[in-house]
Amino acid sequence: MNELLVIWSILASQILLGLAMACALFRVIRGPRAQDRILGLDALYINAMLLLLTFGIRTANSIYFEAALIIALLGFVSSIAFAKFLMRGEVIE
Amino acid sequence: MRYWFPYPLLSVSLLLFWLLINQSLSPGHILLGVLLGIAFAWAMVNLQPQKTRMSHYGTAARLVAHVAVDVFASNIAVIGVILRGRAKPGFVAIDIGLRDENALAFLACIVTATPGTAWVEFDRQTSVLLIHVLDLDDAHVLAELIKSRYETPLKEIFE
Amino acid sequence: MTHLTDLPLWAAIPVCILLLAGSAVTLVGSIGLIRLKTFYGRLHAPTLGSSAGTVLICLASMITFAVLQNRWIFHEVLIIVFIVLTTPVTLMLLGQAALYRDRIEDSEVVPRKAAGETPSPSEADI
Repeated sequence: MNELLVIWSILASQILLGLAMACALFRVIRGPRAQDRILGLDALYINAMLLLLTFGIRTANSIYFEAALIIALLGFVSSIAFAKFLMRGEVIE
Repeated sequence: MRYWFPYPLLSVSLLLFWLLINQSLSPGHILLGVLLGIAFAWAMVNLQPQKTRMSHYGTAARLVAHVAVDVFASNIAVIGVILRGRAKPGFVAIDIGLRDENALAFLACIVTATPGTAWVEFDRQTSVLLIHVLDLDDAHVLAELIKSRYETPLKEIFE
Repeated sequence: MTHLTDLPLWAAIPVCILLLAGSAVTLVGSIGLIRLKTFYGRLHAPTLGSSAGTVLICLASMITFAVLQNRWIFHEVLIIVFIVLTTPVTLMLLGQAALYRDRIEDSEVVPRKAAGETPSPSEADI
């Protein structure tokens, strides 16, 4: 009973997060400008990280948490690099 | 002491980070974390960040509580704005008296972390801060709110 | 599913509520990414997922494993700290980059610089 409750709510929240990723992907594809695409990418990786956390709750596998941590760190660096590129046309100066 | 440990707070937080990420309290990990903390603090010396002295820890705690409450409240407000689909976005220019770089960085993080307000630009010459607000009722009220709720405590803490 | 069977009802209900609330808030934030009209409006939308969504889902995960394995799994704390600290920095830089590009194109939507001089990229660092 409890198990079913938790499993169904995990499934529902995974569907909601998947829809959220689709919305962010729409913004990445549609644009209209470069900064919109980067904003969409930023939202996309945060949603992906949350999705990985729900997988982690479902399977109790700590690999998922490590992956979420790495996405949280590297996604930040890539977004910063993109924003820098938009501002000056080069990443490393 | 100051020569060996140039940034004690940074070293301690790096040690904590190392122990959390390894999820162990074994002596080997503690030793490795201490070494890492000291090495990175020395690397920080070469970057020469601006040093600031923090004080008034009571004010800092109150500021953290204020920020948490405001983030929660504005989360709900922004959900309402998105679901209703109408808003009056606008830019607000605020005269900011903060000079300290770390205090400005804190203010930037607070303003941007709160949904509904985003830091766009700070002009160092005229010390005018430009923020974008998702649902703008009265620019003067908002400017006064930010000055009294965030700027005054930050000034007290850092200067 | 072996491990979730051991979760008692008093822990299962908050976990479900936190999970559903967190993912719903994240979804609303991403819908805002579509529905809001201007770039500067959209700049506010991802903060919903990165503040409320992350904290709620991480809390659900912490409750689950604190009850099931009788120990705190601290990876979630690290994730909360990193996301809450880093997302504002990203959004701030993106906002500055967008403002800079709009000013170069003489767009109408952004306010002019007060002094009237052309913005130089070196002023826009934080």
